[in-house]
Amino acid sequence: MTTATPLLEVRNVTKYFGSVIALYDISMTLHAGEVMCLLGDNGAGKSTLIKILSGVHQPSQGEYLVNGRPVSFRSPRDALDAGIATVYQDLAMIPLMGLSRNFFLGSEPMVGWGPFRRFDTRRADEVTRAEMAKMGIQVRDPGQPVGTLSGGERQCVAIARAVYFGARVLILDEPTAALGVKEASVVLRYIAQARARNLGVIFITHNVHHAYPIGDRFTLLNRGRSYGTFSKADVTREEVTSMMAGGAELEELGHELAEFARTDAVAARALGKTASELNQEARDLQVGHYAPPDAPAPTRTDRTEAG
Amino acid sequence: MSSSGNLARGQEVRVEERMVQTSALRRLLVRPEMGAAAGSIVVWLFFALVAGSKGFLTMSGTASYLQVAADLGILAVAVALLMIGGEFDLSIGSIIGACGMIIAITAGHFQLHIGLGILLAFLFALLIGWVNGTMVVRTGLPSFIITLGSLFIIRGATIGVTRMTTGRTQVGGIDEAPGFELAQAIFASKLTIAGANFSISILWWLLAAVVATWTLLRTRFGNWIFGVGGDANAARNVGVPVARVKITLFMGTAVAACLVAVLQAVSFTGADVLRGSQQEFYAIIAVVIGGTLLTGGYGSAIGAVLGALIFGMVRQGIVFAGVDADWFQVFLGVMLLVAVLVNRYVRKRAMEARR
Repeated sequence: MTTATPLLEVRNVTKYFGSVIALYDISMTLHAGEVMCLLGDNGAGKSTLIKILSGVHQPSQGEYLVNGRPVSFRSPRDALDAGIATVYQDLAMIPLMGLSRNFFLGSEPMVGWGPFRRFDTRRADEVTRAEMAKMGIQVRDPGQPVGTLSGGERQCVAIARAVYFGARVLILDEPTAALGVKEASVVLRYIAQARARNLGVIFITHNVHHAYPIGDRFTLLNRGRSYGTFSKADVTREEVTSMMAGGAELEELGHELAEFARTDAVAARALGKTASELNQEARDLQVGHYAPPDAPAPTRTDRTEAG
Repeated sequence: MSSSGNLARGQEVRVEERMVQTSALRRLLVRPEMGAAAGSIVVWLFFALVAGSKGFLTMSGTASYLQVAADLGILAVAVALLMIGGEFDLSIGSIIGACGMIIAITAGHFQLHIGLGILLAFLFALLIGWVNGTMVVRTGLPSFIITLGSLFIIRGATIGVTRMTTGRTQVGGIDEAPGFELAQAIFASKLTIAGANFSISILWWLLAAVVATWTLLRTRFGNWIFGVGGDANAARNVGVPVARVKITLFMGTAVAACLVAVLQAVSFTGADVLRGSQQEFYAIIAVVIGGTLLTGGYGSAIGAVLGALIFGMVRQGIVFAGVDADWFQVFLGVMLLVAVLVNRYVRKRAMEARR
């Protein structure tokens, strides 16, 4: 895999906003059929990097290559035409519009001739239903407003749409951030499916527990610089976490991990992991499924989520 | 790209156990125009009972409220599209005045060919629509404010230019201009059905409704209208040309206002600088009664047609019922509020019904 031309590559990219250095000397590659996790705390430069990749910003210095050829995107449309689709956390769907109208917004299938050339709603409905079924969601009424779907399902519609319209690279901006544990696992499963379809996926998150099970490689950003890219084989979850956040939250992570394994064995299976493996990892962190209520309280004082 | 990946292999389809099959009736009930359809029937029944013996049910009574509904309805379908696209246009009333006066000055005052006057009026309307739309898109200011400004600018300029050119505020004599017979046949003829004269503007109204509904539901542009009104950023992210859609919609309302001006100027063979006053509000009322959301992204052109029909029935029904026409505005305001409440309820059901 590594010998093939990367789908997407940035070399020594730097981005200034006025006198502020948002990104400094970032290099990264993405190959087909892999999930690259872009990790970093708030303000690390994740958003700036994906905006460069998706054509919103242009790099101040450095090279951007798609399929080995240097590119210079002027707009998100250019990136889309090159097969790079970005699914934003909150700007993915229009709630009051029907599912199939949302799915085809901006790329409506047409039928007929001359003045009777029209939006082929029947085909839109059929394709939406079929694509969602491939994602494992059964749609009964493609006309139902997207607002009636859950947050995770909306992300899935957006991912299904990007895949259907020929995306070869999926950039997912915090797709699991606003979701519950179960919902997030559903989205993670679709990321695995996209990988199985030989797409390259860039998965932006600051949640290691979502990133580690699905990621093949991890790029860590901190204050605009890269700590480097690590293969899963070379790095443990704990190392990733401590590089990201300073390693103070391990206790809490263990709890969350146990919760993840317990509530979603199905997702773990689809990811090629078994629940017991996850549990084992949780135990490696020396945290049980449930700590007895009278157990000594952890030393940490803050219960809010890391990052 | 082919959608046949190796993805579905071994993948069980997750059935939404919580999703109940929705009945066809329920799906019908949550359509945006259903409130207005029910409202039309209620209003018609009300006046049929109250004023049925005084002429409301006759053919000429029907013709009279359809005439009122038609002039407003042409505006309302264009305004519905614009409001679904998330914008307002308050300048349409003064565009009616300006376009009517352009025709009256060209064809009445200067006695040039009436076709020239109509052409100039449409070009003027397209320009105003383009300017309105461009200012809204470029500045990012609320269209309410931008078009409130153009409302006063256009009205004031119409009065000023008319007085400078003709020394008056009412200009007639269009019927003596070359080409008037043809214009009258197209824009001001009457169709006699069962002894009553139906205005041809009713046909223009229906044409506008068909074009608007087709555009909204069966064209790519229509889908974009829902998109930019629902969430302009999301629409932009999937490649919808948001600015172009909005500017086109503003040009659409201006052209609809100009069509109303042409129908009126040819029918009355003259124009008044104040013609079209308050039409912008009546149009918004008709659209809201028709179930379109003030915040955009949801609504229908059929609803606007029904909203205009209700407006026409109430306006003429009050006259038939022998009630002082002063009370019309009270009726209108109450209906607006009731419609907003009903629509809010319907929309809530729409978002819940299929959960």
